[in-house]
Amino acid sequence: MKNSLIIVAFFTAGILFGIFIPGLRFLNKTDISRYALCGLLFLIGVGIGGDRRTQRAMRSLDLRIVLVPLAVILGTLVGSFGVALFLPGLKLREVLAVGSGFGYYSLSSVIITQIRGPVLGVIGLMANIAREIMTLLTAPLLARYLGNLAPIAAGGATAMDTTLPVIIRFSGKEYAVVAVFSGIVLTLLVPVLVTLLLR
Amino acid sequence: MSQCLAPSLYVVLFLIAGIAAGFVLRRRERFLKTVDRLTTWFIYLFLFMLGLSVGINPEIVRNFGTLGFKAIAISAAAVIGSLIPAYFLHRLWIRKDHDEE
Repeated sequence: MKNSLIIVAFFTAGILFGIFIPGLRFLNKTDISRYALCGLLFLIGVGIGGDRRTQRAMRSLDLRIVLVPLAVILGTLVGSFGVALFLPGLKLREVLAVGSGFGYYSLSSVIITQIRGPVLGVIGLMANIAREIMTLLTAPLLARYLGNLAPIAAGGATAMDTTLPVIIRFSGKEYAVVAVFSGIVLTLLVPVLVTLLLR
Repeated sequence: MSQCLAPSLYVVLFLIAGIAAGFVLRRRERFLKTVDRLTTWFIYLFLFMLGLSVGINPEIVRNFGTLGFKAIAISAAAVIGSLIPAYFLHRLWIRKDHDEE
């Protein structure tokens, strides 16, 4: 949660700088970000590959666990498809791409902005921050009424880090491995799905 | 801008290369900590830049509320969509565990 607040602070600071300091506008024209994005993906990869939890989760892999991220992917795409019908300003694949952030707002918003520009990028940022916040707030209710997998499904990619504490708290410690596994699979799929959908 | 990213495999290659490198270097704790910190600052920088491109674009600033509404609608739909199969999966597991006992 603390991390999300810092990120929102940087984002807000960017907006305010953009509005009030016109001299900074040249920054937006430089296209260093393409290389920076590839660099960022590499760094994120190193973080995942070097993480002990990744290795532990991969070792305890069994078919039932694999079904959890599959359910999240299917459910997210179907849900996004459904709501796209009511959002006439957005193309279907744009809505699907925003949904395919699976709560991983930092990476998905960066990629979306790169491909489609800041309007969809902002929607992606807000939608995926909202997914994390919704999960944090509703985890106890979800676990109680919809079962222990519900907070993991709601958390999407964030189930491996930011929402993991509430998942463990309300679904139980024995669900930590499922949560981390599902979170890792979804995290890896964010850049793949988002780019594929917006291509 | 999109040409670089058009072949999506190309982007994912960087991710995969990173995972391989991270796995090879998984015992270098200090190195991994540095990478982690670097990643965080990278993300801060990116989000600042995204904010900047929003701030200099009066159309986005003016429609911020509408965009936010759309965003919340999409994430609510995505969450609800994910909860339905998760619920049935949970029921299935419980029944199976029950049968095995």
